[in-house]
Amino acid sequence: MSARLGFIMLVHTALHRAAQVARYVAEAGSPLMIHVDASTSAAQYQTLVQALADLPGVRFCRRHRGEWGTWSLVAAMQTATEMLLDTCPEVERVYALSGACMPLRPIAELAAWLDRHPDTDFIESVNVADVNWTKGGLHEERFTLHFPIGFKRNKWLFDRLVDAQRLLRVRRDIPDGIVPHMGSQWWCLTRETLQAILKDPMRRPFERYFRRVWIPDESYFQTLVRLHARRIESRSLTLGKFDHTGRPHVFYDDHLQLLRRSECFMVRKVWPGADRLYQHFLAPRESTSSAEPQPSRIDRHFAKATAQRVRGRPGLYMASRFPVKNRENGKTAEPYSVFQGFTEVFQDFEGWLSAVANCRVHGHLFAPHKVEFANREKIFAGGLSDSAGLRDYNPRAFLTNLLWATRGERQCFQFGPGDTQGRKFDLLWLMAADSNAQISVISGAWAVPLYRSGRPTAEIRREAARLQRIETQMIEILQSPGTRARIRIWTMAEFLENPAEPLHTLFDEIAPHSQARLIRLPDLVDLSGFGTFLQELRNQGMQPVLMGEFPQTPVSPDPSHRMK
Amino acid sequence: MTSYRLRWNRKRWLIRARRKARDLRPLADRTAALGPRSILLFATLRNERPRLPWFLKYYRDLGVEHFLFIDNGSDDGSADYLTAQPDASVWSTTASYAGARFGVDWINALLARHAHGRWALVVDVDEFFLYPFCDTRPLRALTDWLDDAGLRSFGTLILDMYPKGPVGDQPCAEGQNPFEIAHWFDSANYAITRNGQYGNLWIQGGPRARGFFAEQPRAAPALNKVPLVKWDRGYAYVSSTHMLLPRGLNLTYDTLGGEKASGCLLHAKFLETLGDKAREEIQRAQHYAGGREYQAYAAVLSDRTDLWNKWSERFINWRQLEILGLMSKGNWA
Repeated sequence: MSARLGFIMLVHTALHRAAQVARYVAEAGSPLMIHVDASTSAAQYQTLVQALADLPGVRFCRRHRGEWGTWSLVAAMQTATEMLLDTCPEVERVYALSGACMPLRPIAELAAWLDRHPDTDFIESVNVADVNWTKGGLHEERFTLHFPIGFKRNKWLFDRLVDAQRLLRVRRDIPDGIVPHMGSQWWCLTRETLQAILKDPMRRPFERYFRRVWIPDESYFQTLVRLHARRIESRSLTLGKFDHTGRPHVFYDDHLQLLRRSECFMVRKVWPGADRLYQHFLAPRESTSSAEPQPSRIDRHFAKATAQRVRGRPGLYMASRFPVKNRENGKTAEPYSVFQGFTEVFQDFEGWLSAVANCRVHGHLFAPHKVEFANREKIFAGGLSDSAGLRDYNPRAFLTNLLWATRGERQCFQFGPGDTQGRKFDLLWLMAADSNAQISVISGAWAVPLYRSGRPTAEIRREAARLQRIETQMIEILQSPGTRARIRIWTMAEFLENPAEPLHTLFDEIAPHSQARLIRLPDLVDLSGFGTFLQELRNQGMQPVLMGEFPQTPVSPDPSHRMK
Repeated sequence: MTSYRLRWNRKRWLIRARRKARDLRPLADRTAALGPRSILLFATLRNERPRLPWFLKYYRDLGVEHFLFIDNGSDDGSADYLTAQPDASVWSTTASYAGARFGVDWINALLARHAHGRWALVVDVDEFFLYPFCDTRPLRALTDWLDDAGLRSFGTLILDMYPKGPVGDQPCAEGQNPFEIAHWFDSANYAITRNGQYGNLWIQGGPRARGFFAEQPRAAPALNKVPLVKWDRGYAYVSSTHMLLPRGLNLTYDTLGGEKASGCLLHAKFLETLGDKAREEIQRAQHYAGGREYQAYAAVLSDRTDLWNKWSERFINWRQLEILGLMSKGNWA
């Protein structure tokens, strides 16, 4: 049965592996035509010929010198195919292999499967208008420009020729009757289709055209089958995955299980050193399975790898991922909350928040003298130290590291105008532009600790002015266009009118599906006399504005005020 | 303009390397037997005899085919031990380590002579190279893949490993895997900046920064290294293996959000011998920036500091490091 399925094989390196595969194929009874690249040394060629000398089904064809991306590879395939069809009249189908291909299932299973799909050509053949996998800027131009030399021979000249043709608006005519199609060159075609292509009276004109197309091995057969095939199944039976640059992924020993479960017939390309794969898949086996190929697991495996290479993991900064500004695909790893002014107006806001919400609540992480980690730990997740010196050496890295190290647990921390801001408000710019950040500001609340310190107003006037200046700049940043954080700003007066509502909103965002309700609000600090304090600041010549309008004799809201 | 200046820098380092090569006296030169595709390892050492058996075993298992050692005046038998290894070539010198820019000139000289067109791994004898799939794929699989992808260099993070408890408490026996004792590390306290001149990343942090350099973080040692390079005789390491010229070799990281494949160098520095080592090295004053690194260690190590804390991660394998974001598979799947 396997005799009706013939193989051609194109090899140029790792000839010992090609020999193993050739033996496996030939011992299953399938004829095999091997094309060895002309640049392979005579000694290596002879070794291969000797190694397969005992197999009558194995033949070698005339050798071409293959150069990537050029016609030579198509010529090799044509020669091998013609010789195979001529010498083995019983062959009804030809399967194209490379030396780095490996059969994953017995050849008899493949032959039986093909018999269940009679008169069908298996070749990936996609209209060039719909192809989205081409790399390197050449797409339809592959077919409309001239490519007299290969890219690898002279990259500079190759690029200049393309540029020149673009400048001169060169546009080759595509021969009548063909529509460019592209796809994998590892096809399996019927004798009828191949003979129609090879014996076509138009073969010479088509060849002349394809000789100067870029990468014709991915388009010659793929285009011409469309003229001759009775039924095309546009897919390759050889499993091969390509990365974002168009290079084939390579299979290693650790892919054994993945490959075994894929039920694919053939895979490409296998690393020549993958001893276990060659041992396992080339061992003689009963052909009993009639399973359909299931490449989807492998597809997912490599799609994930490509995504990691191209987009990376959001919020990760490391030795091989250091995105420039705005190319981070996520500036930080996870959502977090920044509170400004809350610890100032509520008593034990940190304790209250960690009790009601399931998250890690820190103090002022950027306090000038120490990092105030939750529970004031000296070292926190990831090995972050509470040393202000280490933190201030690179505050952005401190924040992104913290959020990376605590993935899976929401971080909340206090911030304010008294904290380290980084160079030119670097930190706040980072957070304001970060869609993971939730920033809530009660403006002017920095005045509360000053008021409660009991120090004379004359003494704290300067400090109050400094904090107000900084917070004004902070608010400008938060209100600038292009911020992506969820930002809310209340003046202190506004906030205190009804603290329950904003707290409830914030809480819903932090713990959206939480069943816990805000039964009790945190207690407010005693603010009677705060209005008088502000007036005293004014009397000292300072102009406190950020807290909003406070009457001199305040009506403080009921601290035990309940929601709903 | 910069590239012009850097080109002259590179030429200067190469000429200097050739001059400093005269310091080196061959004890065993087996490089004539090197194949065109041999994977080579280069290291400079001084009095590291107890570490050597495990070091050699580790790298032989990975697939290093030949070792090229520079012995800088050991008196503990290191040179004799290495000379007896069939897959090692050894040069000896008693010249000044600092005078050879902390060994870089010697290494550059040997690289130019023996590594041209081959993959070369340059490490210290307390550094153990870890790359994605290193438990299932030999080093040759990595270099083949890099060749196919047209990549000439492979970047790493030095991951400082430490024991639980004071560093001096558990001695590491000769030939013992040092990471049976020092198997803890910090997972996410590394700060990165980019070096505008050479284009490399400058990474600082880990237990060394938090334990010894909290007051002077700028002086904390660099943790970025490019230890694996498809060498060309025109290349030169500039400062240890932190960066090299031409600059393109330092671009082992992606700037558009993606991850390139990268590895780690597990650093078995914090082991029983460090206290003695620090005192000896301060006396020799042969290290970078006046050996301030070793001064810092001696100052802190004398009071039996424990680098371990409850956030320390216990080393399992490369997959763990990849999940933690300390290294990356990139698109090598």
